[in-house]
Amino acid sequence: MIDKLFFYLQYPFVRYAMIVGVLVALCSSLLGVTLVLKRFSYIGDGLSHVAFGAMAVAGIFGLSNNMIIVMPITILSAILLLRTGQNAKIKGDAAIAMISVGALAFGYLLMNIFSTSSNLSGDVCSTLFGSTSILTLRQSEVWLCIVLSFIVVIVFILFYNRIFTVTFDENFAKATGTNSGAYNLIIAVITAVIIVLAMNLVGSLLISALVIFPALSAMKLFKSFKSVTICSAVLSVICALSGMMISILAGTPVGSTIVAADAIVFGVCCIIGMVKKGN
Amino acid sequence: MALIAVNDLSVGYGSQIVAENINFKVEAGDYLCIVGENGSGKSTLMKTLLNLQKPVKGEIIKGDGLKENEIGYLPQHTDVQKDFPASVKEIVLSGCLGRSGFKPFYTSADKKLASENMERMGITDLAGRSYRELSGGQQQRVLLARALCATRKLLLLDEPVSGLDPKVTAEMYSLIAELNKEGVSIIMISHDIGAAVGYADHILHIGGNVFFGTREEYLGSKLGRFFLMRQSRDDESMPLFKPRKKNPYSIMMSEDSGTAGDSDAYASEETEAEAEAGNASEETSAETAVEKASENGVNAEQDADNDNKKNKEVKDNDR
Repeated sequence: MIDKLFFYLQYPFVRYAMIVGVLVALCSSLLGVTLVLKRFSYIGDGLSHVAFGAMAVAGIFGLSNNMIIVMPITILSAILLLRTGQNAKIKGDAAIAMISVGALAFGYLLMNIFSTSSNLSGDVCSTLFGSTSILTLRQSEVWLCIVLSFIVVIVFILFYNRIFTVTFDENFAKATGTNSGAYNLIIAVITAVIIVLAMNLVGSLLISALVIFPALSAMKLFKSFKSVTICSAVLSVICALSGMMISILAGTPVGSTIVAADAIVFGVCCIIGMVKKGN
Repeated sequence: MALIAVNDLSVGYGSQIVAENINFKVEAGDYLCIVGENGSGKSTLMKTLLNLQKPVKGEIIKGDGLKENEIGYLPQHTDVQKDFPASVKEIVLSGCLGRSGFKPFYTSADKKLASENMERMGITDLAGRSYRELSGGQQQRVLLARALCATRKLLLLDEPVSGLDPKVTAEMYSLIAELNKEGVSIIMISHDIGAAVGYADHILHIGGNVFFGTREEYLGSKLGRFFLMRQSRDDESMPLFKPRKKNPYSIMMSEDSGTAGDSDAYASEETEAEAEAGNASEETSAETAVEKASENGVNAEQDADNDNKKNKEVKDNDR
């Protein structure tokens, strides 16, 4: 079995997939804790659907590098959703649901009307479930992913204390002179970047899982913000790695295998958490 | 110069005014309590003072070298915090953030300040515990320690005892009083009118009628008396709170039970002029009785029993 694994790892596209997978899992889990606690668990889902819609638009214009359109649109939507989330007339969850399904519908509609491909449902399926895109990464995309992940991790570490404060008690942060609006903006932008990156890995339907599961699992086990964040990152990377290996060995779809691994780990953490409490 | 001076302030959301004609001053070392009915705009006023929202009209002048980030704030609990995984130490440290400028991490001075404040609040042994596992009183101490990390000058407390049991409530109040003695100015919102007149030295009453003055002036004013009486009548179903709440009221009752029946008339009258013209002898006796009550719990309870009977009489009068 290990021979088989090494055999596959000789191929560059498998190595690329591994690198991107680990980086995306790391970044998404870092922000996941904050997003779950801010009651924005579903933002991953909403933004990924926006990204899907944007991808459809990019496809119509025949852009070879669709990041140019997808990234700005997603970032813009993230800012809209997270900034208005606090005092909006349409509440956070409704706004996310609206943008999410709206973008999904328009994306599919546009893809249908302006279809350039002979296998439309295949295209849609791979965008939604990311079944093949992670294995067709080009070197430039891998580098882009490495650079962006690096920036996300650095920004997260530098602003870690502020992100914690703004998440725990926004009013207090604001009242004592922390510019909470700016940090919400940073959180929104990073979230959007991560989601666009993660679309390659698990596709737009399963991104929420990468954001939510590791954070929730870690919260079952640990009590301080720091340990929860670290644990969530570790769990997420382990799940992504093992999910990808299993998918290579068993020939299952990459995205859903990773998410299944995340879900199983969450179940295990729940049980450990209950046992811990019982003692 | 005062720490905070408020001139002709109206607060509200957008163009909708919740409370208006607010004028008051807080000097260094003052203990101001803001009282008023539910929905009278107490929390809105506090948010405006904290710069979380803009005043509709009027101005708030901060003086005495009080900077924007030197106001400590003890908020009411939010939903988010109920299951938030954070250790006590992390939360207390986060109070230092406002002063740390652009430094990304906490300095050793910040950490020292945090542990000093945990020591003062008596929560040093909880440092590694998770916030969500603590009792209500412990959580309030944690948030108080965090607020102290943000400031040494002025603390704004929004209903600091809501949801706490009577024993912890009393502890919390004496903790706040201690801080005030050490020189921290306090602005507290409270439903608990008894505590307001028992601990604060200034009272701001907002709602239909606005009153600002010292505790003695408030106790002498008709608005103050009326409000005290209303509150204690409302609270009759909560016997545990009686001793402290009852006493300021009982003073008024014992001297004034005959006039209680026409209390409704008080509410509609202008109060500020009357506050100034408050009866001097009444004030002094009121004050001594309040102090006696807050210092002597046993007597207070006995008093409370007597007051019960008087209350009933008053109620009958009202009918």
